[in-house]
Amino acid sequence: MSTVILLLVTGLGLGALYFLIASGLSLTYGLMRVLNFAHGIFLTVGGYASWWIAVRLPIGEPWRFLIALAGCMVVGAIVAAAVEVSLIRPLYRRHIEQVLVTVGLALAFTALVQGIFGPDPISYPAPGWTQGVTQLAGANIPNSRLLAIAVAAAVFLLLAAFLRFTRWGLIVRAGVENRSMVTALGIDVQRAFTLIFALGGVAAALAGALGALYFGNIDPQRGTATLIFAFIVIVIGGLGSFTGSVLAAVVVGLLQQFINYYSSVYWGFSAAGDLSVVLLLAVVLLWRPQGLLGRSVG
Amino acid sequence: MSAPTAIRTLLEVEDLHVHLGESHILQGVSFKVPAGGVTALLGRNGAGKTTTIKAILGLVGRSGSIRLSERELTRMPTHQIVRLGVGYVPEEREIFSELSVAENLKLAERDKKPRYDLVFELFPELQQRRAQAAGSLSGGQQQMVAIARALLNENQIILVDEPTKGLSPLMVTNAASALKRAAQAATLLLVEQNLQVARTLAEKVVVLDQGRVAYTGDVAELMADPALARRYLGVGGH
Repeated sequence: MSTVILLLVTGLGLGALYFLIASGLSLTYGLMRVLNFAHGIFLTVGGYASWWIAVRLPIGEPWRFLIALAGCMVVGAIVAAAVEVSLIRPLYRRHIEQVLVTVGLALAFTALVQGIFGPDPISYPAPGWTQGVTQLAGANIPNSRLLAIAVAAAVFLLLAAFLRFTRWGLIVRAGVENRSMVTALGIDVQRAFTLIFALGGVAAALAGALGALYFGNIDPQRGTATLIFAFIVIVIGGLGSFTGSVLAAVVVGLLQQFINYYSSVYWGFSAAGDLSVVLLLAVVLLWRPQGLLGRSVG
Repeated sequence: MSAPTAIRTLLEVEDLHVHLGESHILQGVSFKVPAGGVTALLGRNGAGKTTTIKAILGLVGRSGSIRLSERELTRMPTHQIVRLGVGYVPEEREIFSELSVAENLKLAERDKKPRYDLVFELFPELQQRRAQAAGSLSGGQQQMVAIARALLNENQIILVDEPTKGLSPLMVTNAASALKRAAQAATLLLVEQNLQVARTLAEKVVVLDQGRVAYTGDVAELMADPALARRYLGVGGH
């Protein structure tokens, strides 16, 4: 029983990281039909920015970690907004060029990080509490997973409130449904898109810092590696569906964790979880091509 | 005896061209819309009426000149054109089906004091259905939302594209009444297949035929000439 609880919480923790990176990806696609293959760099930026700040701050925990977290969010927002304004905006509606540029940026940025900080993972100065465990129904749950779940839940509630109760949120929800009609009401959708891009950068940067706690280090490749699963999440959830990305992130995280564990125990094969996620993607695409909560086209 | 007052031109379209894919949809369309009243934009299916409306708004790529109160629109993005005081009632209504009626209207607010009193006076049903998802409304009610969005703000001109399309006879009458009221507050450029409605509302007419202007003048004159009406509109004119 304790194993199931442990897998449940760690699976939710993994799903929390997926949600943080997938939420921005889903909203930017929903609003402007932009598939940003460079979204993973915001996660990498977040991880390295929080590490850079944390190792330089001569103060104790928890303030050091909290300031590093806040700092990485600011850096994530700035980098995301800069990418949108300088690279995505000039290529709006030129989908092939968007793919080429964002893939190129992801590769170049990873190489740049490797050039500056080295190709190997760097140990992360995690606060003591996050390295401990909490007893839950007989299971020793790593606190880093609980933190990831709590932060992702907070981000989910904040983003949901933003979408539900603010004028910008109203513009985004309407823009996801019919962007050109929003502009025909006199609204500059491009500004909303920059804002959403920056918010997506913040959420992904948070995933970078929390992922550093989760894995115990920062890694130049983590952004691109996690992005693959984030893409699977938004396709399963339904491209452009914010709620769908939450649901799919939880499903993918849990499935991956449970299958990885049991396949490792019974068959000595630990990568079956990743394979099962791809199979799930195939099943969903065959059964419901628009994703779990996506709208069908046509 | 006082001298006749010169009628100001509000919207001037000159040599407007639109290509969609391989098709040359508008082939040098030129016409003027006088300030005040309703100008009907008529023509058979595929003549280029909706494309003209979309070109004025910048929703399709175009070349030529479009001036609103002497300001050139062709280099402006759509949202800036609309902010000059251009309302739009699209052909397919294009309401946001997943938003409530209140949210649809709120999104359309541009002025500091949106004219909800006028909107709810014309369409009291919308006030009762404020919380209802717009996608669950009937076609007629959705058209009310589409017209209401354009009436919420002070506009120089409202571009209305087939407002009675697919509506019941009762709703056609209601929509026509609302547009008549709207015409008291702003100039209307009206695309309408229902000639009875066009004849009731409009004074001036521009007829498009295969992407070109075929006729401009008074509605009454066009309708009084059965041969002309049949030639351009496919009807007898009575």
